[in-house]
Amino acid sequence: MTDSRSETANVEQFDAQAVNAAWSRKPLYEARKKIFPKRAKGQFRSFKWAIMLVTLCIYYLTPWLRWDRGPFAPDQAVLVDIANRRFYFFFIEIWPQEFIFVAGLLVMAGFGLFLVTSAVGRAWCGYTCPQTVWVDLFLVVERAIEGERNQRMKLDKAPWSIDKIVKRVSKHAIWVVIAVATGGAWIFYFADAPTLLVSFVTAQAPTIAYITVAVLTATTYTFGGLMREQVCTYMCPWPRIQAAMLDENSLVVTYNDWRGEPRSRHTKKAKAEGKVVGDCVDCNACVVVCPMGIDIRDGQQLECITCALCIDACDDVMSKLGREKGLIAYATLSEYADNMAVATAGGTTGVNPDLVRNPDGGFNDKVKHFDWRVVFRARTMLYFGVWALVGIGLLVALGARDRLEVNVLHDRNPQFVVLSDGSIRNGYTVKLLNMIAEPRVIFLSIDGLPGATMAITGIDQPDGRSFAIPVEPDRLRTMKVHVRQPLDRLVEGKTPFRFIAEDKASGEMDIYNATFDTPGD
Amino acid sequence: MSDKQIDDVSGVETTGHEWDGIRELNNPMPRWWVITFYATILWAVGYMIAYPAWPLINSATTGVLGYSSRAEVANEMAAAEAAQAQYVDRIAQTPLAEIAADQELLQFAIAGGSAAFKVNCVQCHGSGAQGSPGYPNLNDDDWIWGGDIEAIHQTIAHGVRFDADDDTRFSDMPAFGDLLEPSEIREVSAYVYSLTGTPADAAMVEPGAEIYADNCAVCHGDDARGDVEFGAPNLADAIWFYGDTEEAIARQVANPKHGVMPGWVGRLSDPVIKQLAVFVHSLGGGQ
Repeated sequence: MTDSRSETANVEQFDAQAVNAAWSRKPLYEARKKIFPKRAKGQFRSFKWAIMLVTLCIYYLTPWLRWDRGPFAPDQAVLVDIANRRFYFFFIEIWPQEFIFVAGLLVMAGFGLFLVTSAVGRAWCGYTCPQTVWVDLFLVVERAIEGERNQRMKLDKAPWSIDKIVKRVSKHAIWVVIAVATGGAWIFYFADAPTLLVSFVTAQAPTIAYITVAVLTATTYTFGGLMREQVCTYMCPWPRIQAAMLDENSLVVTYNDWRGEPRSRHTKKAKAEGKVVGDCVDCNACVVVCPMGIDIRDGQQLECITCALCIDACDDVMSKLGREKGLIAYATLSEYADNMAVATAGGTTGVNPDLVRNPDGGFNDKVKHFDWRVVFRARTMLYFGVWALVGIGLLVALGARDRLEVNVLHDRNPQFVVLSDGSIRNGYTVKLLNMIAEPRVIFLSIDGLPGATMAITGIDQPDGRSFAIPVEPDRLRTMKVHVRQPLDRLVEGKTPFRFIAEDKASGEMDIYNATFDTPGD
Repeated sequence: MSDKQIDDVSGVETTGHEWDGIRELNNPMPRWWVITFYATILWAVGYMIAYPAWPLINSATTGVLGYSSRAEVANEMAAAEAAQAQYVDRIAQTPLAEIAADQELLQFAIAGGSAAFKVNCVQCHGSGAQGSPGYPNLNDDDWIWGGDIEAIHQTIAHGVRFDADDDTRFSDMPAFGDLLEPSEIREVSAYVYSLTGTPADAAMVEPGAEIYADNCAVCHGDDARGDVEFGAPNLADAIWFYGDTEEAIARQVANPKHGVMPGWVGRLSDPVIKQLAVFVHSLGGGQ
């Protein structure tokens, strides 16, 4: 019997396969693996509860704080008044041209983030990021209604029943309520909060308020309730940026495999068999509490938001077992690498935790522990220095800024006008800025330009060199000013002179250097 | 691409692209991402049905919603007009002289007049209303036909020497080239020039003054300060309509130019003409 294939034996065989070979094809998309984080207990969890309370209070309550600014300005402590282009922050009022202060704060926020990240890793992600805080809040609701991890997993797998429907509907209903409150709180930063609340619930608020609340409700519900860790892993750019921020001296949540490996679920048995065993009992407590659903024992990964809940979980297990806490701990890469070198005898063997321990079971002298002094290294000091410099600069600028300004725009078309008596007139658009919440009389006068007089449209006063101009509180007044110089005092070309705006009551003064144009060059 | 490359550490297939020894894993996309991607495609299809999308030879598909950007512009223009209507109505009802008393109305009138000026007037008077020889400068305080707001309004509404309007301003200086000797024209020009400047030949001023008194004073006045009733320009000020040299004056005496300004009644609405008057009056020379 002849195998027909053997006849082609002299044909060259290629080591090849189709790129889309049926056996190797993967689905176009990967279904999300559901995560059911267990509630952790411990110092970091307590710290996170405290931060959650503080940040949520700041967010929800700030618009309701009052701050008396007198009768001519709003009494809301923090208000972004977009319609009138004013920003109020307690005793500070910022006009649009002073936006540099906001830019400065953003620069400080940026360097603050660099500083914190290079010192203690992704602390922003793990503790204060709104995504983290709201996911935490939504998980509290989920646990209260559906129970702890195991019950939730069971419920998820269970077929639909009255009980499941009731639980699911009430969970999502509470989520939506939280989401509406979150979106609702946002709009109060942009208008007088009590007034807006009344008009909002009586359906009289502007459409944009409802749209804003609707959009923020949708994003809060979707990101905080439904997408959770997917936002951090797939949508947020910060996990990628952080790679550039961390160095070998940054504190990151670390599984200390130099004392944990080889892990064993049956320590006593393994020890009895004479095997080397580490501290890790492979209980997976660190995995079940992780809100990102990862295993920190696989090493640093971009999914890790360093919320430190695995530290709490592991410390709990370690203390139950009577071992030192810190199998999972905040550690720097450099101290981890040193300890790893000790435990592997310079990389020549697998991890042997006996190498880091004394015969009595304690860690030996070769083990390095975190030294708080590495926080104060050149890099963090530089970040802190820039951060503090910008901050001091802003404070100085804030203290020295003008609350009275004069801005002048010289007419260019025509540059000058010859009048019938031969005198020359120049036109200026003068803006007086009264940047305090009090009505003021500002004296506008011209200095220089001998013989010249001015007339101001809208101010009923004979031509002169000084005008008293009332300016409303917190307002800018724009005026057309015509300056006229008689024929016998004319100088050819451009003559510099000054517009002086002065508040004689407070002594504040601002000067604008202007020019007067006449025919000639 | 012949063989499949598997990353040793993760066991995931790589894309086969390599940069400095680093290869990209070919992980699948998350499901929500893919769903979102397909949703955007569906959205695009829906958009093409709902809105104008496919170009045809002379037009484009109109879409079932009947949207058009032209109609939207028309709507926005109508909305802007409606928003301005209350001010326009108030301007229509307020007598010219009283507009200035209402700060809000004054501001609106100046802004509206400025816009109308840029469309209708800048062709002759210049974008800064500074004029040019033959076209008066509207910034200065010299007015041939009067510089109070009513006079300005009258001039804008009915024009100057505008045949189509019976109420138009009209003046007609005779061509003295036919009536006076050339030497007399030079003399009277020297006299007129001497009122504000120094003529080349002082000897001509005295005979010039006599010629002026006989021929010119009837309209331009004994003191040569003109008369807005006749539209006779002021000859004793620093502002010259057709040029500030003796030659230019002589040309205008011998064979005067007569400029024409159209009247705007019928072309612009009454409130717009009022706004133009307020704007011109506000330029600095209004009386």
